[in-house]
Amino acid sequence: MNRTRPLVLGIETSCDETGVGIVRGTTLLANTIASSMEEHARYGGVVPEVAARAHLEALGPAIGTALGEAGVTLGEIDAIAVTNGPGLAGALMVGVGAAKALALSLEVPIYAVNHLVGHVGADLLDDEAPLETPTVALLVSGGHTSLLLVRDLVSDVELLGETIDDAAGEAFDKVARVLGLPYPGGPEIDRAAIGGDPAAIRFPRGLTHPKDLAAHRYDFSFSGLKTAVARWVEQREAAGEPVPLADVAASFREAVVDVLVGKAVAACADLGVPRLLLGGGVVANSRLREVARSRADAAGIALRVPPLSLCTDNGAMIAALGAQLVMAGHAPSELGFGADSTLPVTEIQA
Amino acid sequence: MLLAIDTSTGTSVAVVDREGGILAEVGTDDSMRHAEVVGGFIRDALAEAGVTPSRLSGVAAGMGPGPFTGLRVGIAAAHAFALGIGRPFVPVVSHDAVAWSWYHDGGTGGLQVVTDARRREFAVSEYDGLDADDLPVRLTGPELAPRDEVPAARGIRFDAHLVPAGAIGMLAELAFAAGRLPLAGDAPLYLRAPDVTPSARKRVLR
Ligand SMILES: [Zn+2]
Repeated sequence: MNRTRPLVLGIETSCDETGVGIVRGTTLLANTIASSMEEHARYGGVVPEVAARAHLEALGPAIGTALGEAGVTLGEIDAIAVTNGPGLAGALMVGVGAAKALALSLEVPIYAVNHLVGHVGADLLDDEAPLETPTVALLVSGGHTSLLLVRDLVSDVELLGETIDDAAGEAFDKVARVLGLPYPGGPEIDRAAIGGDPAAIRFPRGLTHPKDLAAHRYDFSFSGLKTAVARWVEQREAAGEPVPLADVAASFREAVVDVLVGKAVAACADLGVPRLLLGGGVVANSRLREVARSRADAAGIALRVPPLSLCTDNGAMIAALGAQLVMAGHAPSELGFGADSTLPVTEIQA
Repeated sequence: MLLAIDTSTGTSVAVVDREGGILAEVGTDDSMRHAEVVGGFIRDALAEAGVTPSRLSGVAAGMGPGPFTGLRVGIAAAHAFALGIGRPFVPVVSHDAVAWSWYHDGGTGGLQVVTDARRREFAVSEYDGLDADDLPVRLTGPELAPRDEVPAARGIRFDAHLVPAGAIGMLAELAFAAGRLPLAGDAPLYLRAPDVTPSARKRVLR
């Protein structure tokens, strides 16, 4: 096997995106994503069984598309990488079963990797300015909201904090529903907030009070915020007053972004780590990128935001992390690994 | 020579050959650990049969019925293996393999194959022997029935806890030889719409 610039095919099926990516070392060759998002829209959130069924249908064609895009054949692949958690168990198992069989059929090693660490690995695919460690990473999506300290991508990742209830992306979906906006809520709220005043309504910032900070310095909570928005809107309605949609959307979004960026920047300062990496689908939110940029600049923190196609769940980031493990000389995963829906971030490789 | 995989109940993996029959078969009736064991079983079945992937001419898979999460693991694995060796994927109805094994072991007359479908239901198929091509004659099913309302069997009722992949593979070999492929569709036999609990809609506040 080529250990200096291994050709790795990565498979990601932890949520509603079927991702197949191909990298050579740190060079991105293909990033194919098939999403079942539309099938979930009418349920207002990801339905695990619907997602798992869609993965099974999409995976084979996605592998074919990725190979075509990369201009390589399966026979050239040096190793397979696959997400084994965290995520939806039934969805993960489709990828795990397929990846094991693919590796065996090609007689190549398999690397089972952590989805969250994969999000950080996405940033390796920038050939011009390689990822530097240590870095703090803020990973925000519909499935997770986590703050990590990455000292070494393949051997030392620590969970600083995570959401204790809803993921940030979930909060966007739920508040969108309160406001009568369709799923997924992130882009809808972004659009509705145009022209709105982010300071119009002071919605609560979860786990930011001094009493909460003692136990939850880097944790997040968004369920109270969602309730506060619903209550505010209902009171307006009950009083027969119009609901200023743009102001509500902008103020809600500001509360989410304020907490996310505030805690991430605080972690950088506390730990003396002048680097912050963003990842996850919520990075698509324009205000999150804007606020992160300005506060990072003000604090002298180097902010890194991979291209959006590498921020949402994808197979390229899994391949990139797999390639790092190969290049670092790590042994492949034993074939007996399973899907672990609550895989801790410290378990980078199974 | 075929690799065959079934995860509709436990996990079973086999290597079969039309002339040589079932060359290797490994499995467990553990109905919870499909993703964990499927890789090791593929490796072990190939090793036991002394076969490398490139010598296989296809991959047969049990398409169910079976509990969804586990069922998908075997189908996904079979698909991916077929892709890896660039050979056909051959879908087979899992109950047919149970029936084929039963008749091959000397059973005669009517057979009702019953497997667990969770949620207090069984999946049920009725058979009436093997035809001229040695393929089982399925009269009804597979279909779901509440556990205490399974129709009376025409002959013997057989509750299967492990669908033998060797039989999945042999059915694929026999159907190919008889020019009777495909034996099943490409879609898993879920027999049940996905369980969705649409979240309670808030009234629209605009
Ligand atoms: Zn993710």
